[in-house]
Amino acid sequence: MQKRLVLDQKQIAITIDRFCHQLIENHDDFDNTVLLGLQPRGTLVLDKIVKRLKEISGHDVPSGYLDATFHRDDFRRRDIPLKANETKINFLIENKKVVLVDDVLFKGRSVRAAMDAMIAFGRPKKVELMVLIDRKYTRDYPVIPNYFGRQVNTLESQYVSVEWASQGFSEDAIWITEKEVKS
Amino acid sequence: MQQLSTKHLLGIKGLTADDIQLIFETADNFKDVINRPIKKVPSLRDITIANVFFENSTRTKLSFELAEKRLSADVINFSSSNSSVKKGETLVDTVNNILSMKVDMVVMRHSSPGAPHFLSKNISANIVNAGDGTHEHPTQALLDAFSIREKLGDVAGKKVAIIGDILHSRVALSNIFCLQKLGAEVMVCGPVTLLPKYISSLGVKVEYDVKKALEWCDVANILRIQLERQQIKYFPSLREYSLYYGVDKKMLDQLDKEIVIMHPGPINRGVELNSDVADSEHSIILNQVENGVAIRMAVLYLLAGVK
Repeated sequence: MQKRLVLDQKQIAITIDRFCHQLIENHDDFDNTVLLGLQPRGTLVLDKIVKRLKEISGHDVPSGYLDATFHRDDFRRRDIPLKANETKINFLIENKKVVLVDDVLFKGRSVRAAMDAMIAFGRPKKVELMVLIDRKYTRDYPVIPNYFGRQVNTLESQYVSVEWASQGFSEDAIWITEKEVKS
Repeated sequence: MQQLSTKHLLGIKGLTADDIQLIFETADNFKDVINRPIKKVPSLRDITIANVFFENSTRTKLSFELAEKRLSADVINFSSSNSSVKKGETLVDTVNNILSMKVDMVVMRHSSPGAPHFLSKNISANIVNAGDGTHEHPTQALLDAFSIREKLGDVAGKKVAIIGDILHSRVALSNIFCLQKLGAEVMVCGPVTLLPKYISSLGVKVEYDVKKALEWCDVANILRIQLERQQIKYFPSLREYSLYYGVDKKMLDQLDKEIVIMHPGPINRGVELNSDVADSEHSIILNQVENGVAIRMAVLYLLAGVK
């Protein structure tokens, strides 16, 4: 299986730092901003950002996990249904600026479902999207991230795998991998 | 595992422990959904569900209907009292007529044990058994076990006594299957005339003294006397039944531990359960009702996802 490294641990840390500074630049003291990590994998990126934001700026930014499984448009169209994850949002987002955080932006369908799931918690003032990896030219929906770590050109036959040390990998890393062809 | 091993929910007997765990985990998420300001998700927006009730029901039908609407399904209701069944139509014909209207799932209650199993062999839609005679009532058992798990953290290792009219109860049989699959110990308790003769062959303890049953258990699930199913007299009078098998606060106060009180409803207050227990802090009866919607949402969602 062919693998190509996109971001290594150091580069990911730099990207997370950059995200934090961009957020500080655009959201001042975060008095009206909340961050939502998209389940299942955006939450890991979110946790890193929240932790680093606290270190850099001292702000405890309200954050939560958003699961969009029940709002997806591919239910009954996949071979096996996705398993739902916990939604953990202990606040309303009415009139707040919301930053949605995910690891990889691919077709844009998850983000659409997430925006649908999000409005169960109120009508946000503004919504932004932050992703570590933006897979260009693959979108099914007109979704553009406000913040991205790295843009990559990929083929349908490839996937982007995000590995976290906290999940048992040797270190944080993002790879582009060729999907195995079933013979 | 992310998919149920069956395309119909005919009974607990046909489910695996993994299926039940998957239903519980999905219900956890739906319980969260129904406690939000907007209590609805669009998952089943392209699905039509027929609630076909050949037997009376209030809370089960309401609970299913609410679950379906919370999942954005289209719902049609059918009850036999105002249908062509009265004019001599067969079960398969009735349901096939409903299915011709492009219905994807059928939630059915019927007075004959095995009716949903029969139907599942004759039609292609997913079928959910909402109670078949004195046989099974799977969603009730699932919500009961889910409520125990919520209250006590786990079902495995817990002692559950099912007290009352076991003979005529589909809730009892489904509960026994469900609790055993999840690793609980089960006891049935009631007058000898209201316990099926071979019930101990299911691996349950049998007790005739309600006080001993309460002393033994962590959870008491108290069932209603089903007078409408009793063709003959199984005990002299309701007053006498209440005297020997009714659970009141005095009995609970005499125990050296706190137990959880459950009841699938409708309660006959003053017969099997006194108000001072039904409305006490021991009782999780209203939690059961709330959990019923979450469990039914999980069942419908997961069955709709089975290919």
